[in-house]
Amino acid sequence: MKHIISLLMENEAGALSRVAGLFSARAYNIESLTVAPTEDPTLSRMTIVTSGSDEVIEQIIKQLNKLVDVVKVLDLNDGRYIERELMLVKVKATGPFREEMKRMCDIFRGRIIDVADGSYTIELTGTGSKLDAFLEALDKTAILETVRTGASGIGRGDRILKI
Amino acid sequence: MEDPSNPTTGNQCTGAEIVIRCLQEENVKFVFGYPGGAVLNIYDAIFNQSHFKHVLVRHEQAAVHAADAYARATGEVGVALVTSGPGATNAVTGIATAYMDSIPLVVLSGQVPAPSIGMDAFQEVDMVGITRPCVKHNFLVKDIKDLAATIKKAFYIAGTGRPGPVVVDIPKDITAQFHAFSYPETVEMRSYNPILKGHSGQIKKALRLMLDAKRPMLYTGGGIILGDASEQLVKLARRLGFPITNTLMGLGGYPATDRQFVGMLGMHGTLEANMAMQDCDVLIAIGARFDDRVIGNPDHFFSKSRTIIHIDVDPSSISKRVKVDVPIVGHVQSVLGEMNDLLDGEFKAAADKKPEEAAIQAWWTQIEAWRSKKCLSYDRNSDIIKPQYVLEKLWEVTKGDAFITSDVGQHQMWAAQYYKFDKPRRWINSGGLGTMGVGLPYAMGVQLAYPDAQVACVTGEASIQMCIQELSTCKQFHLPVKVITLNNRYMGMVRQWQEFFYGNRYSESYMDALPDFVKLAEAYGHVGMRIEKPSDVEPALKEAFGPKLKERMVFMDFLTDQKENVFPMVPNGKGLSEMILAEEL
Ligand SMILES: Cc1cc2nc3c(=O)[nH]c(=O)nc-3n(C[C@H](O)[C@H](O)[C@H](O)COP(=O)(O)OP(=O)(O)OC[C@H]3O[C@@H](n4cnc5c(N)ncnc54)[C@H](O)[C@@H]3O)c2cc1C
Ligand SMILES: Cc1ncc(C[n+]2csc(CCOP(=O)(O)OP(=O)(O)O)c2C)c(N)n1
Ligand SMILES: [Mg+2]
Repeated sequence: MKHIISLLMENEAGALSRVAGLFSARAYNIESLTVAPTEDPTLSRMTIVTSGSDEVIEQIIKQLNKLVDVVKVLDLNDGRYIERELMLVKVKATGPFREEMKRMCDIFRGRIIDVADGSYTIELTGTGSKLDAFLEALDKTAILETVRTGASGIGRGDRILKI
Repeated sequence: MEDPSNPTTGNQCTGAEIVIRCLQEENVKFVFGYPGGAVLNIYDAIFNQSHFKHVLVRHEQAAVHAADAYARATGEVGVALVTSGPGATNAVTGIATAYMDSIPLVVLSGQVPAPSIGMDAFQEVDMVGITRPCVKHNFLVKDIKDLAATIKKAFYIAGTGRPGPVVVDIPKDITAQFHAFSYPETVEMRSYNPILKGHSGQIKKALRLMLDAKRPMLYTGGGIILGDASEQLVKLARRLGFPITNTLMGLGGYPATDRQFVGMLGMHGTLEANMAMQDCDVLIAIGARFDDRVIGNPDHFFSKSRTIIHIDVDPSSISKRVKVDVPIVGHVQSVLGEMNDLLDGEFKAAADKKPEEAAIQAWWTQIEAWRSKKCLSYDRNSDIIKPQYVLEKLWEVTKGDAFITSDVGQHQMWAAQYYKFDKPRRWINSGGLGTMGVGLPYAMGVQLAYPDAQVACVTGEASIQMCIQELSTCKQFHLPVKVITLNNRYMGMVRQWQEFFYGNRYSESYMDALPDFVKLAEAYGHVGMRIEKPSDVEPALKEAFGPKLKERMVFMDFLTDQKENVFPMVPNGKGLSEMILAEEL
């Protein structure tokens, strides 16, 4: 099953490679990984999207906790959470595509953030599956380029990951 | 230049001097190392100090192994010092060996000057990157201001929680810069706080299950040794009267000559230990990590149901390979201490009542039946030296009181099976990584820690050649180690697998062109002996361990049976109760 794991770690050189190295050394799946400093600049927050059986996920959490640079780990799937990912898509905007792309963008509540003679750049946020759905809905020949950030996650309500 | 941020001390030191003073603060007695460009400043500072002894090895791998053995034998953190590049890479096998067995080490490596990092500088290697997967943690010191605090953290991390090696990589320019020395008294790390005290509710739950057990089994490992908890373990085991087995790493954690001890378990464990492990109804695992060499085929192991209690300081050791019913995260000393207290207090009445006495009696009867099969018997009338015989005699001659280091192979398993370890920290070997070559440097580390103790290195003619250059170190430091080579002219453990599973095709496992070990030992300034007949085994051992050779290193080359195999054996993929026994062949 897919899991979203959030963690706080020391914002130090090498911390990211310890996490990445752990996943490759132990052959854990990694779908996406995002990381950036938090409001406290000594800490980084990472969101990892992974998948595996319950036993594997349990080991992943334990192994992450064991890394000396990791301060706190939370499996967002243990409760209710919000997942968001940002995607930028450059699409053809010539002829009939120009109207069609605008319409699709509106339906998915995206925004056109750059306009050129032959193309639009669309910004879209949502869950990973919403972004997938958008790409599927587009005419494949219209997609020029895509870039996705990978998911960020946060617990709902009072669920807070902080030290 | 005074450092305004540090009002307590005005004394300016070079980075190299800071390193030395940190080691003094940590009460380090031995540093095992080898010099080179990147650590020349540190070596210059070593020249002017007398607080610790520097032990010059002949290969950096041996420096780390010797420091590792020093740690295994004493419980202190071992320290090694190597230069950048090739010095650092030579150390990696030693670091990985210590990592797999959770041994506390601090390895200081020189690095090229900070401004040169990443420039493919002479003797540059990314030590932090190379060692990342085989250390508990590592550091690159980027500012002399952090040097002392980093070394403090390294010792703290190495020695606490589940111990392990920590590398501190120090660029050369930092060792030449000046800064005031001040050593932090304590370490606070928000990201590292090992859990030491076990959950009381879980401990009580475990005790209730233990008291209700009909076929209980204690299975204990390296955690008992690492956590110095054999006293608490003995108390607990005696109070409960349960059978107890040790892993290869746990030997000596419970006295091997005690009746409750059923021997080592696992791939080369005894029949009684493996059968009891398979058939028990409540399994109490303490500081042991359900290694694949211990449980055999997992599906076969799970085919019998049992309740498992698991005590370990590292949560990730629990429910990794084997699902556990009652996990207890904590330090063995604390958890076993609490169990013993409860058995003297809240649980005393329940324990005294012995609710399952009859069942446990029947369980022991079963275990004695297994034990009576004498799975460790061997041919005592052979006119070729049997390796098992050498080890039995070694045990007798040393009165079971020696420190035994070993290399990796058949000789290692025989040492584990036939030398009965009654005390912890006496059996020093590489279990997790299985590194050939550790034996001799391990013996050096132990002998330095305990100069008056009997130290024997049980090895094979293949393994010993992997670090044989250390005979020179032994000479320089007057280390009267006794090397017991069980010379079967084969990589015996490899040959055994080839005999069983590869149709006797002994591909590249014959040790051809062996040196004359007697002459070799003599060339290094030691005493060499070749022993070819069973009747010479005991006299030779007595001579080697006798008063005349007490101060000398003795290299004993026992020509042993080439075709002897290690039994029992759980073949790969088979279950614990599917051992091959000696008599079956
Ligand atoms: C040729 C060869 C054959 C082998 N055959 C066998 C065999 O037949 N049988 C066998 O047993 N092994 C065998 N081994 C060794 C095997 O590979 C493993 O190294 C060994 O079984 C692991 O022992 P352990 O479970 O005690 O764990 P260790 O590696 O000693 O780990 C110790 C455990 O204790 C925990 N711990 C550490 N400190 C504390 C503390 N203070 N409090 C609580 N917990 C703590 C750690 O977290 C860890 O989980 C063989 C090795 C070789 C090279
Ligand atoms: C560095 C290293 N290389 C290879 C191996 C694989 N290996 C395990 S045991 C063994 C043979 C050891 O032979 P020897 O030292 O003569 O011991 P014996 O088994 O004959 O007692 C080998 C090659 C290893 N464990 N370590
Ligand atoms: Mg051999």
